[in-house]
Amino acid sequence: MSAAASPVAIGIFLILFFLVSSMGFIAGRWKKGNLDQLDEWGLGGRRFGPLLVWFLLGGDLYTAYTFVALPALMYGAGGAGFFAVPYSIVVFPIVFAVFPKVWAICAEHGYVTAADMVQGLFRNKALALVIALTGIVATMPYLSLQLVGLEAIFAGLGLHASVNLFGHEMELPLLVAFAVMAGFTYNSGIRAPAMMAVVKDILIYTTLIAAIVVIPAKLGGYGAVFDAVPPEKLIIPPTPAGSLGPQFAYATLALGGALGLFLYPHALTGLLAASSRDAIRRNAVFMPIYAFALALLLLLGFMALASGVRDMPQFADGFARFGNIYAVPALFNHMFPPWFVGVAFAAIAIGALVPGAIMSIAAANLFTRNIYRAYVRPDCSEAHETQVAKIFSLLVKAGALGFVTFFPETSVVQLQLIGGIWMCQTLPAVLMGLYIKWLNGNALLLGWMAGIGAGTAMAAATGFKDSVYTLTILGLDIPCYSAVSALVLNVAVTLILSLALRARPGAQGHLQEATS
Amino acid sequence: MREKRDRGLRKWVNLLLLVPCIAALWVPLYNFDEPRLFGIPFFYAWQLIWIWLGAGLTWIVYVVDWKGRDR
Repeated sequence: MSAAASPVAIGIFLILFFLVSSMGFIAGRWKKGNLDQLDEWGLGGRRFGPLLVWFLLGGDLYTAYTFVALPALMYGAGGAGFFAVPYSIVVFPIVFAVFPKVWAICAEHGYVTAADMVQGLFRNKALALVIALTGIVATMPYLSLQLVGLEAIFAGLGLHASVNLFGHEMELPLLVAFAVMAGFTYNSGIRAPAMMAVVKDILIYTTLIAAIVVIPAKLGGYGAVFDAVPPEKLIIPPTPAGSLGPQFAYATLALGGALGLFLYPHALTGLLAASSRDAIRRNAVFMPIYAFALALLLLLGFMALASGVRDMPQFADGFARFGNIYAVPALFNHMFPPWFVGVAFAAIAIGALVPGAIMSIAAANLFTRNIYRAYVRPDCSEAHETQVAKIFSLLVKAGALGFVTFFPETSVVQLQLIGGIWMCQTLPAVLMGLYIKWLNGNALLLGWMAGIGAGTAMAAATGFKDSVYTLTILGLDIPCYSAVSALVLNVAVTLILSLALRARPGAQGHLQEATS
Repeated sequence: MREKRDRGLRKWVNLLLLVPCIAALWVPLYNFDEPRLFGIPFFYAWQLIWIWLGAGLTWIVYVVDWKGRDR
């Protein structure tokens, strides 16, 4: 690759990468517990204090893909891509208000997944199964995207070596990174990403602070950075007559993202690993530090725009291969001295390993508890259960690797888009049931089907390119994040059918003809 | 979870959690370029500031109503 970073950058990158990964292997012996229990391997024995949960959740929400894709969105779309900020403003009050309750129920009954809790609340196996499947299916493309983020970093470093596997070109650096992640997850469970998250955050904050100080100074201040953005892209375009306009789309993207975030298995796993409800509440107070870092990160997209990396010949290859995702790696290469390029890229790469590990653990918890133990071997021992989870965590990662190898990157992004819409549809079963006692399991199941169906149809209508679909109701155009409009339908179906089924005597809870 | 607590008026402080949500989601409130703050357009400055105001309000809710409970 013509954009090859200097040997210094590559050397520093490799040292940091392998140093931090080796921590993941040692982490198994930390906060001593019997790793043959799913509670210990998958949730760290629910003994993580507020500070550690803070790092773990930060590691979760703040992924390699976030680091490259969100600035890329700003780079391409302008201010409309800033919705990740209101989304993170909204998400923490929600966590504060709702999730201590989820934690308490799960800790009291030993639940490891959202589907465990749904099964406990509604005694409806079909509902628990679809909740578990939604989680696994939505997590897969997310995990694949971490590998896409890694690929962009390797390309930025100019680390390029391919091997031929099953008649397909595979990136060797990606294979190595994958093997490292698989190894420490298998060995140490959630303790590995938790310990690594601490170092990763130190690296990421260092990188970000350097970026927001050094880069604007070189470009002539923040005013100059924003002046490089085409004026029509700087804020949200005005609202046309007869429509709620792009501002409504912006707000629903933020709201839908916030509602969906902690329904994702990996985010919930981080919360359930907390030692108390108080630990979660205190986290919600301090999580906004991440939100602020995220906002600064988004502005890197504008800095890339202002720096003009797109037109520099040495980055032409990278942009041709990765598109806008390459903007941040190119910006760093252009702006930082070689040794710091190594630090910054290591921060992002480790930022792929941490959430990647948590995602595969969360998917493994779901598979083991809610599919394997519920349907295949109900009477298996704890040690056997944990062994299955460890193996499934490997399979999930192999699947993600296969995905990025055999499918074009655009289809991974599209699947992630649908995954977000689907994940939101588990909200009524997982969260509304905590507050509304008369919800019916079969009604929730039908609501889920309606939401998934409508959400998928809306995404398909945009060719899986846009998460916003414009509904026209009584002549008014409503451009709305499909996850939110599908959720409205989902909730309506759930409430109406629950009321209808409740009116019928003897219709509580159990599987009856309502599912057919 | 369900024990009776003598919280009286204090529980109303939880409504403060709604304030940052409204400030963040009501886009017409802040969809302007001017005035700028240190060169940062109002659209961005408003959202950046509300991250901290939201954290501050959540902290107030915690201290007033939740501190010392459920450890």
